[in-house]
Amino acid sequence: MSLEVVNLTKVYGAQKAIEDVSFTLRKGEIAGFLGPNGAGKSTTMKIATGYVPPSQGQVRVNGMDVVRQRQQVKQTIGYLPEHNPLYTDMYVHEYLEFSGRLYGLKGASLRQRIAEMIELCGLPREQNKKIESLSKGYRQRVGLAQALLHDPSVLILDEPTTGLDPNQIFEIRKLIKEVSRNKTVIFSSHIMQEVQALCDRVIVINRGKIVADDLLARVLQRGQAVQTLLVEWASAVAVKDLESLNGVASVSENAPGAYVIVSQPGSDARQPIMQFTQAHGLTLLSLRQEENSLESVFKQLTRVEA
Amino acid sequence: MWVIFQKEFAGYLHSLIAYMVIGVFLTAIGLLMWVFPDTSVLDYGYADMGTLFSTGPYVLLFLIPGITMRSFAEEKRMGTMELLLTKPLTDWQLVFGKFMAAWALVAVALAPTLIYYYSVYQLGSPTGNVDTAGVMGSYVGLFLLSAVFCSAGMLASSFTVNQIVAFMMAAFLCFLLYTGFDSLSALPLSTRFAWVLKQVGIVYHYESLSRGLIDSRDVVYFVSMTGVLLMATKTSISSRQW
Repeated sequence: MSLEVVNLTKVYGAQKAIEDVSFTLRKGEIAGFLGPNGAGKSTTMKIATGYVPPSQGQVRVNGMDVVRQRQQVKQTIGYLPEHNPLYTDMYVHEYLEFSGRLYGLKGASLRQRIAEMIELCGLPREQNKKIESLSKGYRQRVGLAQALLHDPSVLILDEPTTGLDPNQIFEIRKLIKEVSRNKTVIFSSHIMQEVQALCDRVIVINRGKIVADDLLARVLQRGQAVQTLLVEWASAVAVKDLESLNGVASVSENAPGAYVIVSQPGSDARQPIMQFTQAHGLTLLSLRQEENSLESVFKQLTRVEA
Repeated sequence: MWVIFQKEFAGYLHSLIAYMVIGVFLTAIGLLMWVFPDTSVLDYGYADMGTLFSTGPYVLLFLIPGITMRSFAEEKRMGTMELLLTKPLTDWQLVFGKFMAAWALVAVALAPTLIYYYSVYQLGSPTGNVDTAGVMGSYVGLFLLSAVFCSAGMLASSFTVNQIVAFMMAAFLCFLLYTGFDSLSALPLSTRFAWVLKQVGIVYHYESLSRGLIDSRDVVYFVSMTGVLLMATKTSISSRQW
């Protein structure tokens, strides 16, 4: 097991930031760590990197305990902290050299590694600039280059795409996917699409507790997604009739003949709508399903229990 | 540790701090020693470097906190502390590397004043009539004193994310260590502890060194005072682990 998190609990004062969190990642696996802001994602990651100690439980990286073998563990982890802190007054090259030397790289092998990382992270044109003059997307690449420099076997990325524009997000995702081939990667996010774009495995955390840890497809299935259907008939239909159909939760009228129909959780309202159309001799112009199942599952899983 | 030292020292050179420190120190000391009539060697009439060693500590009292104020405060404010502490680097290496860089910068600022020694040496009547042992002892004292100031500055910087706060705390701490204990020992309240209090302060040991005899007790005092302050700094850095 590359990364084992066992019954992890962290207490800050009287507040439990995370409670009894456990999961394991196999070698080469890439997993999304999903949850709303303040759910405990960063805390878990900080513990995994040895930056803060757990109150209870333990984290093992390649079989080494992060508290007792902190220095060895740090050598095998690549970490991109939240908000990607960087020495903005350093040059890109200078910064990567400093980082590499902290990991004990030097001489020709350090130069070669830096050259490789600059190539991999798409920084050749920026390598001689000061970090403060780089855009957020390029800074993120520098942060990733820094995390990858010493060829770590476990990569921990805390919200690697926050604050980037859609093109930059796409680029960073591509980069993560590229480098993750022979590494164990865990990245946090509060966007479900991100997980979908990068990997199959998703670990959902809410209020400090793991609420789901499975393949994304299965989480979606179990989450009993709600369908939102946009239906259009050639003539107006009584809303009351639609509401009485099997599996329909609510109906709202956009225009005479055009309706937004929301299904009850876990049921498919399309078939009853077709039957209704035939039974009343109506002409169906369109029936379209909104792809919002990801959000609704996320909402369901991370609902704050009153 | 060496990597941190280099990064810090390069940081001083890149950010004007080094030039400010060296420039201000040499200007202040130069004016006091050669220009202002109250303290000038030329008006004094004796081939003596007392001015450098009596005013030097007060100049350093403000300059060194200026050097050290950003060392941890800035790292914490920028979040780069997390980056450093998740690298394979012990807290000690981090603290010591930063301390050595600050101390080295002070040493660089002090070095040009050796020219003053040469000047005074030439001005002596007859030439070379200078208390060389006293001067060298004073240099050792000043150098060791700046180590204490640097470590006090590190400690202050490790407490806060605000550089101004770090500066003021450091300047006060340096002042307290330098003459504070000496003055406290003069209070009538503390007569029973006066002797002990006096020896906790820097002045007692600094003056002892400036007589030209490098007494191991004084050296041990400076080294252990620096050690205690650095240990406190390390503890303050590690306190995130509690």
